[in-house]
Amino acid sequence: MQDSREERQLHPVMVEGNHDFGTVSDRIGDLTLKKRTPFHWFIGFGIAFLVAQLLMVTIIYLVTKGIGIWGTNQPVGWAFPIINFVWWIGIGHAGTLISAILLLLNQKWRTSINRFAEAMTLFAVACAGLYPVFHTGRPWLAYWLFPYPNTMGIWPQFRSPLMWDVFAVSTYATVSLLFWYVGLIPDLATLRDRAKNKFFKKIYAIFSWGWRGSARHWHRYELAYLILAGISTPLVLSVHSVVSLDFSVSQIPGWHATFFPPYFVAGAIYAGFAMVLLLAIPLRHLYGMKDFVTKTHLILMGKVMLATGLIVGYSYVMEAFFGWYSGSQYEWFMIKNRIWEGPYWAFYWMLMFCNVISPQFLWFKRFRESEFWLFIISIIVSIGMWLERFVIIVTSIQRDFLPSSWAMYSPTIWDWSMFIGTLGFFLCLFFLFIRFLPIISIFEVRTLLPQANVHGRPQDFDENVLEIEYTYDKTDPPNR
Amino acid sequence: MSENIYGIMAEFDTPTQLVDAAVKVRDAGYTKTDGFSPFPIHDIDEALGIKRSVLPYLILTGGITGLLSALGLVYFVHVVDYPIIVGGRGHFSLPAFIPPMFELTILFAAFTAVFGMLFLNGLPSPYHPVFNIPRFALASREKFFLLIESRDPLYDYEKVRTFMESLSPQEVFDVPE
Repeated sequence: MQDSREERQLHPVMVEGNHDFGTVSDRIGDLTLKKRTPFHWFIGFGIAFLVAQLLMVTIIYLVTKGIGIWGTNQPVGWAFPIINFVWWIGIGHAGTLISAILLLLNQKWRTSINRFAEAMTLFAVACAGLYPVFHTGRPWLAYWLFPYPNTMGIWPQFRSPLMWDVFAVSTYATVSLLFWYVGLIPDLATLRDRAKNKFFKKIYAIFSWGWRGSARHWHRYELAYLILAGISTPLVLSVHSVVSLDFSVSQIPGWHATFFPPYFVAGAIYAGFAMVLLLAIPLRHLYGMKDFVTKTHLILMGKVMLATGLIVGYSYVMEAFFGWYSGSQYEWFMIKNRIWEGPYWAFYWMLMFCNVISPQFLWFKRFRESEFWLFIISIIVSIGMWLERFVIIVTSIQRDFLPSSWAMYSPTIWDWSMFIGTLGFFLCLFFLFIRFLPIISIFEVRTLLPQANVHGRPQDFDENVLEIEYTYDKTDPPNR
Repeated sequence: MSENIYGIMAEFDTPTQLVDAAVKVRDAGYTKTDGFSPFPIHDIDEALGIKRSVLPYLILTGGITGLLSALGLVYFVHVVDYPIIVGGRGHFSLPAFIPPMFELTILFAAFTAVFGMLFLNGLPSPYHPVFNIPRFALASREKFFLLIESRDPLYDYEKVRTFMESLSPQEVFDVPE
């Protein structure tokens, strides 16, 4: 018992059960190709679709009336739209971290979760993008954000962090889509070759570009994939850094801090992993994917959450310390106002509970290895990360330098309906993804199987290497 | 029979068999060859003598193009066409321009990576002779195939066919054009 446990820790199982290349293709591919849609899919999609209607109604009313229907007003001019924007875009970061950074670090466990984590990224970025566009109040003029020669003879201001944000987020969305799609091409070819339905066969054929698994193609494919991972890594770190610069380049106490970029990036990955767990745990149960998304995966994700949670906790302590150490009465007032003197102190302590206390349970195996507790902690962390943005944004601007301009902020029903609506919209897109595309990367899971290793290569294969070793032995005998 | 043939293809069960066979094919001097597998096999590059692609250089060029276009854009906008002083910074305030320059570098490089890869691979190719073999549908599932094309300088129908059969494959196919 003890031995097998150690063995398990040394060589964690990435694919459980007796699988070969064919059964892997069937298990994952059948979810898409099987004729019958499972009943729970209709229930889930139905609920998500209804909730997404809230978003529709809100947007229609918003565009008709203007953003006065929100609680957003002076001095809290950045309220729910920006809180939710930052929250959603942060969630997306885990997908890119899993697909790009863990690929570069050669973490094999990323392979069976990268596909749906990347889908999560795309859908989260789509939800995030809605907020700034509608927050402008005139979404039909959003194209003014892009630099194009116009009859007004003006240009966007490239020195502004808000402009950087436009570039960072739109690049991020585009590159994430490309990365996701490149990963899908070989799998779409698998579906094309297996599909019985003529119509879907055509669709898959078109989107797989006639992929035939040629060795010469794989060679370039792998190069492109690796380089995409290499350039996505600084990209994902830059996106939340730029989002944090929206705050820190301003002079508002509580925002004007140099440590915002790493603080925001850690928080983004923290929230993102919580969301990946929230999606992975039901997915592996409902779709029988336990062979591919194993306990090992969940435990590792729990550990990433713990690590990023600690970074986030450290940032909270430093944030308070800087407020005191700065010697600036405005900074110190902001901290006091945020933590105990101000009207929003309860939110701060809820945030501490959610983001600092709750992940500490992950130190213990009992919680880390229990799906139930991982799920609960992930929900708490998701709420906590939302509270973090609420606290940073609202408590900093509701009481700034001038007491005469202080005011309270409270969201209206339309703030909430837009937020809940995007949750529905996100889940809607995710349910459609589950139905129409392989949720786990089939070709990459094949490489995890022991059969995928090439054994006993012929001698002449390593001719040069052998020769070098031979001369090395003759000229420089090893020490005894 | 041997007139309008695209090539001769052999089917294998495991990646090891494919790589072993590919080494023999390379050593026999065939150059117009290809392997097909449901997932990337690293050893096959060396076994078939596939040269490293120029793709990384294309991507670098793409990235540099992105960087320079962003630099050109901000320079034109803020120095040439609409110079305006903001926050006491000079017209050409490079540090503030780094984020857009960085993002466009990544964007152009990513587009080059994806579309460069597809272009160099000759994709999209809706028709390819190998798809004429019904069993080839398994190349995206669990089987491994090795192909010697008829345009290979050493190609001779009888010889290649016998040679392929000597590699102990599951089956050998003539691929019609």
